[in-house]
Order: sequence, then C-alpha cells, then structure tokens
Amino acid sequence: MSEAATVHDANPTGFAHQFEDLEQQREAGRLGMWVFLATEVLFFGGMFAAYTVYRSLHPVAFDIGSHLLDVRFGATNTAVLICSSLTMALAIRSAQAGKKKGTIIWWLVLTIILGALFLFLKFRFEWYHDYLEHTIPGVGFHNLPQWGANAPQVQMFMCFYFFMTGLHALHMIVGIGVLAVLTGMAGRGKFTSQYFAPLEISGLYWHFVDIIWIFLFPLLYLAGGRYPH
Amino acid sequence: MSDSTGHAGHAMDEVHEHIVPVSTYVAIFVSLLLLTALTTGMAWVDMGRWNLVVALAIAVCKALLVVLFFMHVKYNKGLSRIALVAALFWLGLLITFTLSDELTRHWEIYPRGWAGAILPMFRHLIF
Repeated sequence: MSEAATVHDANPTGFAHQFEDLEQQREAGRLGMWVFLATEVLFFGGMFAAYTVYRSLHPVAFDIGSHLLDVRFGATNTAVLICSSLTMALAIRSAQAGKKKGTIIWWLVLTIILGALFLFLKFRFEWYHDYLEHTIPGVGFHNLPQWGANAPQVQMFMCFYFFMTGLHALHMIVGIGVLAVLTGMAGRGKFTSQYFAPLEISGLYWHFVDIIWIFLFPLLYLAGGRYPH
Repeated sequence: MSDSTGHAGHAMDEVHEHIVPVSTYVAIFVSLLLLTALTTGMAWVDMGRWNLVVALAIAVCKALLVVLFFMHVKYNKGLSRIALVAALFWLGLLITFTLSDELTRHWEIYPRGWAGAILPMFRHLIF
C-alpha cells in the first residue's frame, strides 16, 4: 500500500490512477475549468445585463460618464492584456513542445509582469485620478455642475465602471496568484511535454479574464463615441 | 507496481496533442492588436447608433479569436465546447429576458443615483 503510494508520488507524468490515460485526465480537467468559466460568464453577465438596461434608459448620462474615463489608458491596458495572453499561450506551448523549464518560467514571469503592469496602470493612474476627482462611489462622491439633471445617472455609470473593472481587477489578482504557483511548479520541474494540465487550465482562466476586458473596453471607455457632438 | 508503471507508460503513448505553431499565435496576437486600434479609432467616426454595433461586433471578433486559438477550442473537439455553448446560451437568456421585461414596460420609478437606489428598499424595515 505504502509502496504503491510512493510509486504514485514519484510518478513524473502527473498521471492519476483513476483515469484511463493522460488524455482522458486532461479532458476531465479541461471540462471542469470550462464549467467554472460558464459560471463566471453568468457572474459577469449579471453586471453586463444591468449595464445594458441602465444604458438603454440613460444613454446621455452614460455618454457623459464615459467621457470621464481616459481612452489612452483603456486602449493601452487592452494591448497589455493581449500581450499577456500571448505570453501565457507561449508558456503552455513551451511545455507542450518539451522545452527547458527555464523557457516555461520565462514566459510565466513575463505574463505576471504584464498582468501587474495592467493593475499598476489601472490603480495608479485611473482609479487614483478618480479618487482625487471625487468620482469614486462612496463618501465625497461629487456631482459636477455640467452634468445637470443627468448627475445621478452619471454616478450610476461610475458605479458600473468601478464594480465592473473592480471585479475584473480582482480576477487579475487571483490570476497573478495562480501564475505565481505555476512558476513555482515549473521551477520544480513538474511540467513535461506529457503533463502540463495545470498550465493549460490556468491559461483558459487567464484568457477568459482577457475576454471580459475586451468587452469592458468599448462598453465603458468608448460609449457615445469620441467625435465632437 | 508493474501495473501502475505499465498503465502510466501506456498513458504516455496515448497523448498526441496538437501543438499550435508560434506563427499562428503571433498572427492572432497581431490581429487582436489591430482590432483594438480599429475599435479605438472608430470611436472618433460619427456613425450614430451604429458606433455601438460596430464596437460590439469588433469585440465579438476579438473574443472569437481568443476562444478559438488561445483557448484551443478550434483544436479540442470535446465536452468543453458544450460548456462554452451552454454559457453563451444562458447569457443570452439572461440578457434577452431582462431586456424583454425592461424595454416593454415604462417604469415610473427607477433608481435616481446609487444611494437612492438602495436605501428606499430598506425604508420599511427601519420605520
């Protein structure tokens, strides 16, 4: 019994005995992550549905609110996340192709750096600016005189902005934590061309978070267009 | 023990994963960056209500590229596709039925500001 357990622990392929083969094991892991992502789609979906309703009710206020955001940071952060999706995909690929563990670690660390850069830009330049301008939901939430009768609904837009990007940022932070664990596993030589399921399913999560931002960017930063009205 | 290693050895032969070429990933990456530039640029073009349609269409294209290539849905023909379709189906239900309700009624009272939305709900509990 103990001998069998030792053999299993020493199993370099990461193969769990309840599965027929590694392919079935990976398929099961993938399905589990996709089911989790389906629940995440609905988690964010509630916010997107609420956003849709309020934007259809108050298009002018959402237009004003959107102009409070800086498109340059939104677009830059979109590009940063797309870069991080590429480096994540290349991390998985280097494990699949049986590259040295240094290569896998390099791509993972690069992904972490890009994820952290996204959060840095968002917190340091966008949210901090909004904090100074008192356009953050909470105590001291200001109405600007030029908003006129739209002021409460502009505040509503800012709430959507902070809760949607906040939930997204929370997912980024969790993702960076997952990537740190993966980097540690890669350092211990866990991943081979046969066993890379943790990398693969974490990659699915990371790309999903990227997709959420792909929709948040036009909905929050580009609402109402940027042409002169 | 021999069974265990034999099983694992057998498992190793079974893995034949499709490895996506780096050139494909880079092509998708460049397309995503170009689409980001396009959607940003289109915000400065006055198309009226079509601005939103174009922005969402570009976002859907970008999401498709990520799902098909980065998330390997193009290469993995399995149950994960059903989970993806189920997610989109329920998201569609959520938004369609919410909108069919909201857009066919004319609510007299809707939240006026974020505090005004929450506090009146609890007023009868307090007073």
